Amino acid sequence: MRKQIRLSGSGGQGVITAAIIYAEAAVAAGMEAVQSQSYGPEARGGASKSEVIIDNGPIYHPHVSVPDVVLAMTQKAADKYYGDLHPEGILILDTDLVPEAPDFKNIIRVPITKIAIEQAGKSLFANIVALGVLTKVLQLVDLDTVRKAVAHRVPPHTVEANMKALQLGYDSVE
Amino acid sequence: MSKARLMQGNEACAEGALAAGVRFFGGYPITPSTEIAEGMAKMLPKVGGKFVQMEDEIASMGVVLGASLAGKKALTASSGPGISLKQELIGYAAAAEIPVVIVNVQRVGPSTGQPTAPSQGDVMQARWGTHGDHPMIALSPWSVREAFDTAVMAVNYSERFRTPVILLMDEIVGHLREKVELPEADEIEIYPRRQPGCTPAEGYRPYAPAEDLVPNIADFGNGYHIHVTGLIHDETGFPVGSPKVTREAIDRLHTKIEIARDEITHVEEYCMEDAEYAVVAFGGTARTAYEAVLAARQKGIKVGMVRLITIWPFADQAISDLAARVKGILVTELNYGQIVNEVERAAAGQCPVELCAKYDMTIFEPEEILEAVESLVAGGNK
Repeated sequence: MRKQIRLSGSGGQGVITAAIIYAEAAVAAGMEAVQSQSYGPEARGGASKSEVIIDNGPIYHPHVSVPDVVLAMTQKAADKYYGDLHPEGILILDTDLVPEAPDFKNIIRVPITKIAIEQAGKSLFANIVALGVLTKVLQLVDLDTVRKAVAHRVPPHTVEANMKALQLGYDSVE
Repeated sequence: MSKARLMQGNEACAEGALAAGVRFFGGYPITPSTEIAEGMAKMLPKVGGKFVQMEDEIASMGVVLGASLAGKKALTASSGPGISLKQELIGYAAAAEIPVVIVNVQRVGPSTGQPTAPSQGDVMQARWGTHGDHPMIALSPWSVREAFDTAVMAVNYSERFRTPVILLMDEIVGHLREKVELPEADEIEIYPRRQPGCTPAEGYRPYAPAEDLVPNIADFGNGYHIHVTGLIHDETGFPVGSPKVTREAIDRLHTKIEIARDEITHVEEYCMEDAEYAVVAFGGTARTAYEAVLAARQKGIKVGMVRLITIWPFADQAISDLAARVKGILVTELNYGQIVNEVERAAAGQCPVELCAKYDMTIFEPEEILEAVESLVAGGNK
């Protein structure tokens, strides 16, 4: 059942936090999970990538080799990180921030950042909207478990807004 | 409910040190080790411990030695550039027999190198980074759980042998998050701070060795007169310019660890029952090497893995025994070739030893190690 997931964007968009929360949810659901990350020397604005591997059995080599799902939150990230995607894999793009979609069969376009700003209230929630999208697309961990993982990690006074962002992301995909 | 949770290697290292009784941390932040300092900063005040961020890495090393002499189990953590700065005082700890644990979460060097890409290039620095004849204990974990376990071991060994211990982590394990279940406090064995066996009035000699050749030096502030120096000293702790005392002092520093060598040299074997070839690996690289071994097995290659948990003292006996029973050894390490020389020395020509090295900021892919295994096997069957 091994699933290899890559979340990419630019520093400050929160893709690493989203990856950690998803991995935490998978562990809470009884699965094995490893999460790793890489980013450039600049903390904000540079390329940012985080990978999650989920399995029922032990995971040794910690990096994704052939991703099943790639999420790209910027054009640069999309261009850089979709190349080794499994031919039957899924590429999730932020509609507005990735205007030129790569030439790939299975693409899901969601206006992630737009939803965060217009419906969740702040661009800050884009990563949690994205997490909702991932939860729906992956069908690996149920939404309720992801909800608990989000609530556990975000500041208490933002739980409600984050729950809304998660639901918006989840509902944005058929 | 299961206690399983997602945890980072650096976090687990801090948890392990705390569980082993560390109550003082002095340090200066550097990626990829900073989460250890962050963990200690959060946890130490809750258990009555102290966290101090010093002005630099040298001062960080000095302050943990002071805290240790005053009776607190002490920890510092850094990466290559910081570890280089700490070397003089690591030697001081070896000479003055001050228990302390230094975590090195390795990144690409030399110098500031490639911040903060993974590497295992500090293997020989861990052994010989400080000058002079001195023993060294260094441990290298391959998982988040083992980061906890080796942190406990490192603290215990530093206390038992009164010696600096290097926890040689790498960025792979330090920054990796994975599912982990930590042991309960009552499942963890803790080596307490050694205490003098007599009162101050009885002519106490702080550096007189106990039966296991380790001295029971009193902590500062307990009424004992103690003198601590990096100069070669006799049992009183005061410097002596005598060849005999010098020879005996250096002999004892080495022998106190040598007599326990078998006990502290931890090695684990995987798929070795019927193996004709072996991969030797350690730290985060062993995770990839193991996947390569499993893939090779699928192809019918009888290969196994020997994983070094204790890097120093080197597992001479285990590698010598291994070389006697396999047709070839492949050493995989994320550097230009360091531990391979130790493996060759221990194998002593009993079988070919080949190196699979990588030093380009990226970690091994299983395929790269699999290819090297296939090449080793092809050479062996010529």
